[in-house]
Amino acid sequence: MSQIETFYDVMRRQGITRRSFMKYCSLTAAALGLAPTMVPKIAHAMETKPRTPVIWVHGLECTCCSESFIRSAHPLAKDVVLSMISLDYDDTLMAAAGHQAEAALEDTIQKYKGNYILAVEGNPPLNEDGMFCIVGGKPFVDQLKHAAKDAKAIISWGACASYGCVQAAKPNPTRATPVHKVITDKPIIKVPGCPPIAEVMTGVITYMLTFDRLPELDRQGRPAMFYGQRIHDKCYRRPHFDAGQFVEAWDDENARKGYCLYKMGCKGPTTYNACSTVRWNEGVSFPIQSGHGCIGCSEDGFWDQGSFYDRVTDLTQFGVEANADKVGMAAAGVVGAGVAVHAAVTALKAAQKKTQSKKEEV
Amino acid sequence: MAVINTPNGYDLDNSGRRIVVDPVTRIEGHMRCEVNVDDEGFIRNAVSTGTMWRGLEVILKGRDPRDAWAFTERICGVCTGTHALTSVRAVEDALGITIPDNANSIRNIMQLNLEIHDHVVHFYHLHALDWVNPINALKADPKATSELQQAVSPSHPLSSPGYFRDVQNRLKQFVDSGQLGLFKNGYWDNPAYLLPPEADLMATTHYLEALDLQKEIVKVHTIFGGKNPHPNWLVGGVPCPINVHSTGAVGAINMERLNMVSSIIDKCHEFNTNVYLPDVKAIGGFYKNWLYGGGLSSQACLAYGDIPENPNDFSAENLYLPRGAVINGNLEEVHDVDQRDPEQVQEFVDHSWYTYGEAGKGLHPWDGITEAQYELGPNAKGTRTNIEELDEAAKYSWIKAPRWKGHAMEVGPLARYVVGYAKGHEDIKNQVDGLLRDMNLPLSALFSTLGRTAARALESEYCGRLQKHFFDKLVTNIKNGDESTANVEKWDPSTWPKEAKGVGATEAPRGALGHWIKIKDGRIENYQCVVPTTWNGSPRDTAGNIGAFEASLMNTKMERPDEPVEILRTLHSFDPCLACSTHVMSPDGEELTRVKVR
Repeated sequence: MSQIETFYDVMRRQGITRRSFMKYCSLTAAALGLAPTMVPKIAHAMETKPRTPVIWVHGLECTCCSESFIRSAHPLAKDVVLSMISLDYDDTLMAAAGHQAEAALEDTIQKYKGNYILAVEGNPPLNEDGMFCIVGGKPFVDQLKHAAKDAKAIISWGACASYGCVQAAKPNPTRATPVHKVITDKPIIKVPGCPPIAEVMTGVITYMLTFDRLPELDRQGRPAMFYGQRIHDKCYRRPHFDAGQFVEAWDDENARKGYCLYKMGCKGPTTYNACSTVRWNEGVSFPIQSGHGCIGCSEDGFWDQGSFYDRVTDLTQFGVEANADKVGMAAAGVVGAGVAVHAAVTALKAAQKKTQSKKEEV
Repeated sequence: MAVINTPNGYDLDNSGRRIVVDPVTRIEGHMRCEVNVDDEGFIRNAVSTGTMWRGLEVILKGRDPRDAWAFTERICGVCTGTHALTSVRAVEDALGITIPDNANSIRNIMQLNLEIHDHVVHFYHLHALDWVNPINALKADPKATSELQQAVSPSHPLSSPGYFRDVQNRLKQFVDSGQLGLFKNGYWDNPAYLLPPEADLMATTHYLEALDLQKEIVKVHTIFGGKNPHPNWLVGGVPCPINVHSTGAVGAINMERLNMVSSIIDKCHEFNTNVYLPDVKAIGGFYKNWLYGGGLSSQACLAYGDIPENPNDFSAENLYLPRGAVINGNLEEVHDVDQRDPEQVQEFVDHSWYTYGEAGKGLHPWDGITEAQYELGPNAKGTRTNIEELDEAAKYSWIKAPRWKGHAMEVGPLARYVVGYAKGHEDIKNQVDGLLRDMNLPLSALFSTLGRTAARALESEYCGRLQKHFFDKLVTNIKNGDESTANVEKWDPSTWPKEAKGVGATEAPRGALGHWIKIKDGRIENYQCVVPTTWNGSPRDTAGNIGAFEASLMNTKMERPDEPVEILRTLHSFDPCLACSTHVMSPDGEELTRVKVR
């Protein structure tokens, strides 16, 4: 272990100046939404820590999480992999295969017992003795349990690992099961989304390395810093919602003016994610900005909530359809009233969400 | 076992030492491969197995057809978007929905963008380590590397000795740290690696450059579809409205957005011409004598075609990527392909973990049955949940065996280029002839692992040119006053017929992709996908024909049978996508799909 370098060693030896290093720490702090006073702390962490080993396993999935991860712009994926973590096993990217790949996995588990992070992309199917997903001739669920046993913590990447995602949509033919229902004795950080935003993924990892602690999690186990608010809360089209200005049909005049997509089925009002703030692919856009409503891909069971084009209010449990339409009709004259109605709706939904979350936990 | 002669011309002999590779890494999804190697190290029998299943089609039943694109898009996050496009095409075909010209241009730009992204990421991040040795790059002279770079690509600006020295230093620190990460347990002293250190350093540098570039490429998807992976699509057009002139343009495709798309298209084109193609030529030059892996490519190739010039017209003449089938190695004749013909595309399951109730049957996707039957053959070693060796005489894969008029076919970039070449497609012919001339190789060299890799690079460059064409077309159309991006006439399910059926076809980066849908009372009654890796990765069929992966491994010499460099090299050249290929089966003997031919 003595030869293992710290981030700082690595960066300095790459010819990066102290000044650039500090600038890098500032940017990291900014990306994480931390105060400037935290910069020295980040710098200290990077100066003293060896690269944390990460084992990244794949169950039933589509690899969109890995694809998203390599899109990260700050920090760049190559910097994460070369300088921040030691990605010792990842069947999507590693050079070795077969026996040599399995040996790399064993070696990492033995050498870093209790000190590596297990990242899980996808989930284990439990039907057919687990043989709907085979790794090394055995059920994936065996590999998952084996790798989880000595992990320091587990990151459940994406909707698959966090909630089950598309293969767990009704009727869930393989009995695809989220990680936390199979591994119950380890801290698990859920980073949902299909996929999660790249900078959220690297932000979570960087946070853990920097502060040497798990991020603060909400009641569903998601990092509060990225999943604490709804897309609707921070949506740049929110003023149009409040003003009752809605897209009524695809490509209509209102769509071209960038009005609210609520009536086209946007799930922004019930989806907790950072899309409307961090945005996607280096902040270029996010679904609503590009004209399609949010499909709610970071929410549990989003595949089974009716059509993506049904209004959120069509879910009778919310019972706010009339209100929303009233907002639309009243808005031209009484914008203020619309805002008040919306605030009430928001409060109602927040309460609803809490109830749902509580049910989850039971 | 005695030697078995397959109808498609291979002599299978499983008497030699059995080598098992599981997991096959640097692919999408889960795959296993077993081969038998004779005393001289030649592969004499090959067994390819898909080792995952997710069951998307059964999940789609009863859903809103307008939502299907989102479900099927999640079949694969690597070729993200291509299943979605295939799906909206299938729904539009079933319901008779036409899309506006701008939507056709935008969809083409997105699909071409995927082809380029996928090809670049495949070559540098999934395939390069089969040819390139990053550890050997430490021995390179940065100055000589700079000279090599300037020789192979005079226009690439990142070519100074200092630049390569910096990368080499970074690599050295990484290796010296003792934490080898992704390079751990690689086959770095295997004699199969032939590059001089300078070429290894150049290519490793481009591994990092490509990693930076790929996150730029996808921004085209982000602009039109809101995010990547998994951008948003729309039945009837595209979800992004266009507004270049008026109030509110900031919420739509406006001048700034178009400029961004245009600059990314240019960036891709520069990378393709300055880095990707020169690298393939340079690396290929050192492996010119390693011409294994051709498999079915010289015998049987299938392409559905894609990238329609005019919207709503899928006739072969209207498609830039060619459609057709070549069989029996006869390049003189290209057969047309019809996905609706029950006699053309059929799937067999005698060696797959399914049953049709009776042996030897092939079914068209519209008439398909999917009924799981997970069982190992009598000669398999190990147990049901701990497979040591498979028995390929019995069932051995979660992948079905699709056949075109009974033939096992190769699909993908090389298949497209073989079909295009045989059809006299001008752009493709010029590219292929030019490459072969530059490298001083005969046409037969195309039918190889490297040929597959080269075809992908050529296609990436061609797709870049097509992207420019469709971008110009989009702007011209907007200039002419047409800002329409969606046709909503039949958006409302009440406008639909009570029953309808459709088929959608695309060329995914990995090859021919088809979705078959049946709609009843506004809901999906049945949905079936036959995807590229199902073709390429298929097990044996009833007649005993081996599939493209298996055929390509046959008679390859392994330098060290314990180190599967050559197996990985050839399998990777197909860019396998197992999540795609193995979504179709069902558990519990349930019948999933039964669609009548219309």
